Amino acid sequence: MIEFHLDARSGVSPYQQLVQQVRNALRLGLLHEGDQLPTVKDVVAGLAINPNTVLKAYRELEHEGLVAARPGVGTFVTRTLAGASLAAHGPLRRDLERWLAKARRAGLDEESIEALFAATFRGAAQQDIA
Amino acid sequence: MSAPSAVLRAEGLGRKYRRLWALSDCTLDVPAGKVVGLVGPNGAGKTTLLSMAVGMLRPTTGTIEVLGGRPGDGPEQLARVGYVAQDTPTYAGLTVEDHLRLGRHLNPRWDDALARDRIARLGVDPARKASRLSGGQRAQLALTLGIAKRPDLLVLDEPVASLDPLARREFLQDLMEAVAEQEVSVILSSHLVSDLERVCDHLIVLVDSRVRVAGDIDDLLAGHHRLTGPRRDPASLPVALHVVTESHTDVQSTLVVRADGPVLDPAWAVSELSLEDLVLAYMSGSKTVDRGRRAPLEVLS
Repeated sequence: MIEFHLDARSGVSPYQQLVQQVRNALRLGLLHEGDQLPTVKDVVAGLAINPNTVLKAYRELEHEGLVAARPGVGTFVTRTLAGASLAAHGPLRRDLERWLAKARRAGLDEESIEALFAATFRGAAQQDIA
Repeated sequence: MSAPSAVLRAEGLGRKYRRLWALSDCTLDVPAGKVVGLVGPNGAGKTTLLSMAVGMLRPTTGTIEVLGGRPGDGPEQLARVGYVAQDTPTYAGLTVEDHLRLGRHLNPRWDDALARDRIARLGVDPARKASRLSGGQRAQLALTLGIAKRPDLLVLDEPVASLDPLARREFLQDLMEAVAEQEVSVILSSHLVSDLERVCDHLIVLVDSRVRVAGDIDDLLAGHHRLTGPRRDPASLPVALHVVTESHTDVQSTLVVRADGPVLDPAWAVSELSLEDLVLAYMSGSKTVDRGRRAPLEVLS
């Protein structure tokens, strides 16, 4: 079972934050097929948010084929996003750690590293589209 | 449940105290099954609107319909609407137990098990007098009475204004739990936009006794943008853009607009608004709100 949290300053709407947190948990292997998501009542009581927000998030996840609602029982994970790629996380993370160490040795501070990463990421994404 | 499509419908609704209009020309159509936030500065007319919705105050002009009936019209209508007034009042000299007994005798749909369960969960001694409860406990007692009445609509006037952050969060958690379990519609007024953003899915902004904007929060956020670009006269904008606020320097214009479609003009840098930005724009930009296609407001007095 995962637990949701909300970041009021993120600028991302509450329902999208819930969707993202489920997707992330699926990607990181925290949630597996057959696992239950927190009930609407539990999320509502935990976060003090509108039940419709939770329902909307669960509907979107259902629409994407990631979860399925069993009436009267709850909402369950039907597909995972990690799959084969999860095995690649470890080596990729170590590559990234080496790169980060290199960036720091070159004198980049945290903000510069983030900016460089974001710009490269966007650039690469644009090349994919073109 | 005979759920009508609108939980509250107002048409040209107005209320005058002596020579001052506390609310004027209020036309609203609030769908059922929502948690509605009512926001606006002090003295904007929020309490006046809520008082008319629960039948404690009669309109001077126009009509108001709540759950398809006239507010305060007979025992059945009264049983369907719960009301927690400003500062969540309770009877200081009565015990918690007295309050529950009162609730049971006065409300035909009273859910005694629910009320007792809530009081037990709150850990409040039923023999304690209301005057000896903390602010948070008093608010929870008032909420308990409102929920156990099993209304179709629960109206709360600034229920969390005087509570500390923890009591506020607990109050809203319990309110949302009731919404999830009982399918009750809620209208609540508050100054705390961050709270409203969590709990509400519909918003009404009231400024200077008039409704500035009302709608589902998702639609409101999708339909409003902040535009920044080279200085420009707002009158030259396309008709599909309604300016909410504008500010200009000698070279730059910054506008908050309501747009019926996407903003395509490449001269503008378009950014999204938070709910707080949106509410503040309507609160501060009252003079420019009605530019555009909407009918001019009537002068009523």
